[in-house]
Amino acid sequence: MNSIRLVRDELRPPGPPPRRHLLSVADLTCDDVERLLGTARTFAASMDRELKKLPTLKGRLIVNLFYESSTRTSSSFELAAKRLSADTLSIKSVGSSVDKGESLKDTALTLGAYDPDVIVIRHPQIGAPQLVANVTGAHIVNAGDGKHQHPTQALLDLYTLQEEFGRLEGLHVAIVGDVLHSRVARSLIQAFELVGIRCTLVGPPALLPRDLGVEATTDIRAIHDADVVYVLRMQNERMEPGANFVPSLREYAARWGITPERLRPGQKVMHPGPMNRGVEIDPRVADSVDALVEAQVRSGLVVRMAVLYDVLTGGPVGVRALAAADVA
Amino acid sequence: MLFGRERPGENVVLRGARVVDPAEGIDATLDVRIDDGVITAVAQQVDAGDHRVVDATALVLAPAFVDPHVHLRTPGREDEETIASGTAAAAAGGFCAILAMPNTDPVVDSAAILGALIETARSEAEVPVGFLAAITRGQRGTELTEMAELADAGAIAFSDDGVPVASAGLMRRALQYASVTGRLLALHCEETSLSHGSHVHEGAVAAELGFTGYPSVAESVMVERDLALAAYEDQPLHLLHLSAAESVAALRRARDAGVRASGEVTPHHLVLTDEAVRSLDPNVKMNPPLRAERDRVALLDALRDGTIEAIATDHAPHARHEKDAPFEAAPFGVTGLETAFAVLYTRLVRPGLLPLETLLDRMSTGPARIFGIDRPRVAVGATANLVLLDLDGEWRVREEAFRSRSTNSWLLGETLSGGVVLTIAAGATAFERLSVAHA
Repeated sequence: MNSIRLVRDELRPPGPPPRRHLLSVADLTCDDVERLLGTARTFAASMDRELKKLPTLKGRLIVNLFYESSTRTSSSFELAAKRLSADTLSIKSVGSSVDKGESLKDTALTLGAYDPDVIVIRHPQIGAPQLVANVTGAHIVNAGDGKHQHPTQALLDLYTLQEEFGRLEGLHVAIVGDVLHSRVARSLIQAFELVGIRCTLVGPPALLPRDLGVEATTDIRAIHDADVVYVLRMQNERMEPGANFVPSLREYAARWGITPERLRPGQKVMHPGPMNRGVEIDPRVADSVDALVEAQVRSGLVVRMAVLYDVLTGGPVGVRALAAADVA
Repeated sequence: MLFGRERPGENVVLRGARVVDPAEGIDATLDVRIDDGVITAVAQQVDAGDHRVVDATALVLAPAFVDPHVHLRTPGREDEETIASGTAAAAAGGFCAILAMPNTDPVVDSAAILGALIETARSEAEVPVGFLAAITRGQRGTELTEMAELADAGAIAFSDDGVPVASAGLMRRALQYASVTGRLLALHCEETSLSHGSHVHEGAVAAELGFTGYPSVAESVMVERDLALAAYEDQPLHLLHLSAAESVAALRRARDAGVRASGEVTPHHLVLTDEAVRSLDPNVKMNPPLRAERDRVALLDALRDGTIEAIATDHAPHARHEKDAPFEAAPFGVTGLETAFAVLYTRLVRPGLLPLETLLDRMSTGPARIFGIDRPRVAVGATANLVLLDLDGEWRVREEAFRSRSTNSWLLGETLSGGVVLTIAAGATAFERLSVAHA
């Protein structure tokens, strides 16, 4: 991808083919996305069975390493691994910072000693998954690194959109809110570009990053033409007094909050969670039939199953592969 | 104002090198004879007598380099660098003199600390070192250090490098007092309320990767402020590690208006842009950050036209375990002493973007002039401060080969040309790798 990393790759002794990771949407091709979504659909079909567990990844070890609090992402990764019959090990480092106590590198080396097949990592700092990829032999799945990337969120959102609209290309999504601090937005923007979804960013000027190269406006009326309004969480923890990204959450809600009045009838709304009701999203919107929030959570499970399967097997899960797994 | 280990003067004849000394107007194949550390002959076919003869055919002999900006991490972080290791690295990079920044632990803000450093340099420095002292006590930005006493004790200049002098009022007082000490102020220009919490240049790459940006204007507003104060007080100043096009433009305007201002630029800012940050390699994390292509081009233009007179490595060693961290958690800074000439030769001179003479001038004469150091030169009667360069030979940047105690180089694994074969500093051989020349 870049000269510095290429040189290091060249220095590696010849050995097995490079490990597959999911670190960033930027590393994916359109074909990768299609394959992953197709695999997720196959798994979704199996979720209708009475017995939901598949033996596909039996005997594999999947470590969930979470340095940030998480409900959706950590539970769905854990459940995804269990549905695929993998052994799981979940490590949470509540409120930990890397420079206090054990360093991330040492933690990764320690876990690496168990020879995990996959390490799923969430970390508050950009580049943490890359570091773990460099020091362990596991396949790495980025479950969110700082403000950088959250690739499985973008994939599950694509899956949700495809289920809802039956297509991706040509859709128009308005992403509203704190784009500056949002790893979800960064992954989504790249994913939308890959599949041909038009994207408009809407938010307060200080929360729209400069030079992102995407259509952006501070005018909330710009959501009108969008098929979907994708609402980002206002990250209260970043809105400390004195930061002045916006004068107040109250003013933010009044100016950019998504209310029923600002939406067209039937206009769909998505939110990656957790929601701040009454700030970025009106409770009436959050609870309306046009909100796809629960569908997003359901998509999260099958998409993460697909991601775990994909990094370990490197191919689409065909009928035959599933059948073989069933037999095994 | 430079302090190093006493060593016997070299007696040698360097035969058949292409001697390039832009300031002396020399570019010719010549022999150079050195007696007891002093150049005694520069001519064709010099008589060697019983001196050692070095066959320098196909090599370039030039005035050795002067690095105005090095972090020797001593006192406080001797695990990262010592005066001995840092000066050995300097010698391996072709430097005959380096200037050390005072942001150590403790900060060099008293004559006692400075005196101890000078003593250490006298016993272990492989090339002479000049020490800068802090502008403010503890670099806290509130009270001036006793600058006159520090100057008498041997401080070559003053700097709070690593942090800016935030208060304009205090900056003015420092400039006023510089007329008493006769020493230059070397300034780290950063408006921290604009760069707070940042890790990389504010631009397309930061936007895409999610980094808090350090905008160019955070540097240039401080550059403009300090140039305005220098003009008002009619005092000279030196701008450290310039990175932004707007800063360069401000420096050019001030110089044109007669302000005695000088500037320096690092090899990494001349060669890389923020695109390199996509690797998330902590070895491309430094302050000021790598900026956009337009900034890089502006810096290179300023280096060519002389607006920027000096190249500085800003050699900043860091312990491996501190750099082996996620990009955001890693400390700022990269090493550079041992690769500076080679990378600039390989990436700028070879492709025709910078004349060799300009590079040699900005790495030697330029910084020496700014800081009032005797200019290294190829001339009869001058103390030998010379570097022998193998422009064509290729070498690979390897961790194991560094003399520095730290290996946080952005060039690890790269192949460069322009290797240093021999460094003579203050008349004595400080580094020698003659076998490479004919490998």
